[in-house]
Amino acid sequence: MTTTIDGTTTTVPVGPGHAPGSVLDWGGPLVAGRIVLDDRVPSNAPWSAVVRAGHVLTIVDVGGNQSADCLMFNAHDTDERYSVPDTLAWQGNAYVREGTVLRSGEGNPLMTVVGNEIDRQDTIGGACSKESNTLRYGHHTAYQHGCRENFLAEAARHGLGARDLVSNLNWFMNVPVEPDGSLGIVDGMSAPGRRVAIRADMDVLVIVSNCPQMNNPCNDFNPTPLRMIVTSQEAAA
Amino acid sequence: MTASPRAASVDGRDTASVLAAREDARAQGDRVSDWMPYLPASSSPHVPDGVDPATLTWAETVAPGGYTHKVVARGTRIRLDDVTGDACAHVVLFNALEPWERLNVADTQKIPWQAYLGPGHPLLSGDGRVLATVVTDTSGHHDAFCGTTSDAWNVRKHGDAAPQGPSPSGRALLTLAAAKHGLGPRDLPPSVSFFQGVRVEDDGSLRWLGSAGAGTSVELVAEMPLVVLVADVPHPLDPRTDYVVGPLRVHAWRSRPSGPDDDHFETSPERTRAYLNTIDYLEARGL
Repeated sequence: MTTTIDGTTTTVPVGPGHAPGSVLDWGGPLVAGRIVLDDRVPSNAPWSAVVRAGHVLTIVDVGGNQSADCLMFNAHDTDERYSVPDTLAWQGNAYVREGTVLRSGEGNPLMTVVGNEIDRQDTIGGACSKESNTLRYGHHTAYQHGCRENFLAEAARHGLGARDLVSNLNWFMNVPVEPDGSLGIVDGMSAPGRRVAIRADMDVLVIVSNCPQMNNPCNDFNPTPLRMIVTSQEAAA
Repeated sequence: MTASPRAASVDGRDTASVLAAREDARAQGDRVSDWMPYLPASSSPHVPDGVDPATLTWAETVAPGGYTHKVVARGTRIRLDDVTGDACAHVVLFNALEPWERLNVADTQKIPWQAYLGPGHPLLSGDGRVLATVVTDTSGHHDAFCGTTSDAWNVRKHGDAAPQGPSPSGRALLTLAAAKHGLGPRDLPPSVSFFQGVRVEDDGSLRWLGSAGAGTSVELVAEMPLVVLVADVPHPLDPRTDYVVGPLRVHAWRSRPSGPDDDHFETSPERTRAYLNTIDYLEARGL
């Protein structure tokens, strides 16, 4: 069996991109400012950048309900990194919303959510991987690409590896916790062009996996691109 | 100035010469404290009911605000006892063979579709395998959301977080425990905690459930060789302004890993595949 992507015919069982005719809204910065970085992340691909203290990263959910799995590190000391439990315990709430301070394991603010166009963001659900896919869906999915692969590949570009991967944040993903403790990924609450804006509270290395998952609704079964825009409120030099 | 000769005897102790100091040191060896390891483990004064003392491989009472750590064999059964109802056991597990495989709290909650730890709950790594299984649980008050305390948290709440002080942070203690196995801060993932519960409300707020009371226990079975790190410190959301934590009792003994004969092996298809992955990995390694 072969597929043809961007003119290349291949026998590799690659993950699908978005379906023809998908609505795409590339949006723009959620917090106005001078644009210092503007990247488009293809479906299924990783991305990373250092966001300087005070700069704001807008992530645009271009196709709607596209999970952007995200890790954050102190750019100058990557042993200090995003911590789900510290973030949750400090705010006393399991969900990420506007105003949530994304904290490191040392309790320090890495980034703060300064704009959010969906009800709540997830930081409980973790990242998919080839290995966890075998548990969740069966060993027939082991060949598929996952966010942990994206994280490892992108982390390696910065000298980081498996020891540096911790529980992450999932922009535009929906993981409710029900009264009996039932928890899982359900249909998203986002839509094409919805955005989240996060301000760096120190120089932060941000690593994102544009989630390739096709076995649950975290990408609406239609992996779409992301747009990453970094803006500065400082006057242009 | 010449140091004045020390009195030959303080509280009846003569430590003026090497021989005398040696005698003084050796005379202390039979003392006991409320928190101590028991060696050999079979000599524990608190052998769990139904356990043959000869099979014990770890017996210890961890001091309030203390920590412990051990490398255990596959099939080891680890029992944690909350004697007073105020213990809070913050636990991190590593594959002892490849320690970059370690506890992954997100997968531990997501794969079983269940946020709250209880009997039969697998403690999963990020590599699609089971590190340990919660096999018995008489508390039901546990937490996998809030992790342990950071230095910043304890300094804010108690004014100090140092391991040697009155209000050590869980992270400070786990950092020490990890270091004794060659692991650094980079190696410490989010932890889970036993004996102090938290529940999530509809709006996401974290409700303090606290303790189930004195005398509860959990038992884990190691599904592979593990590095086990445990810190016994108050839960981050413990509403008490004082630093209150009870001693934690730890016993471990030789048993067997989970297999198809165990109910929890077949609780759900996800868990069954997690055990199959674990056994596949270990058999390929000749374990």
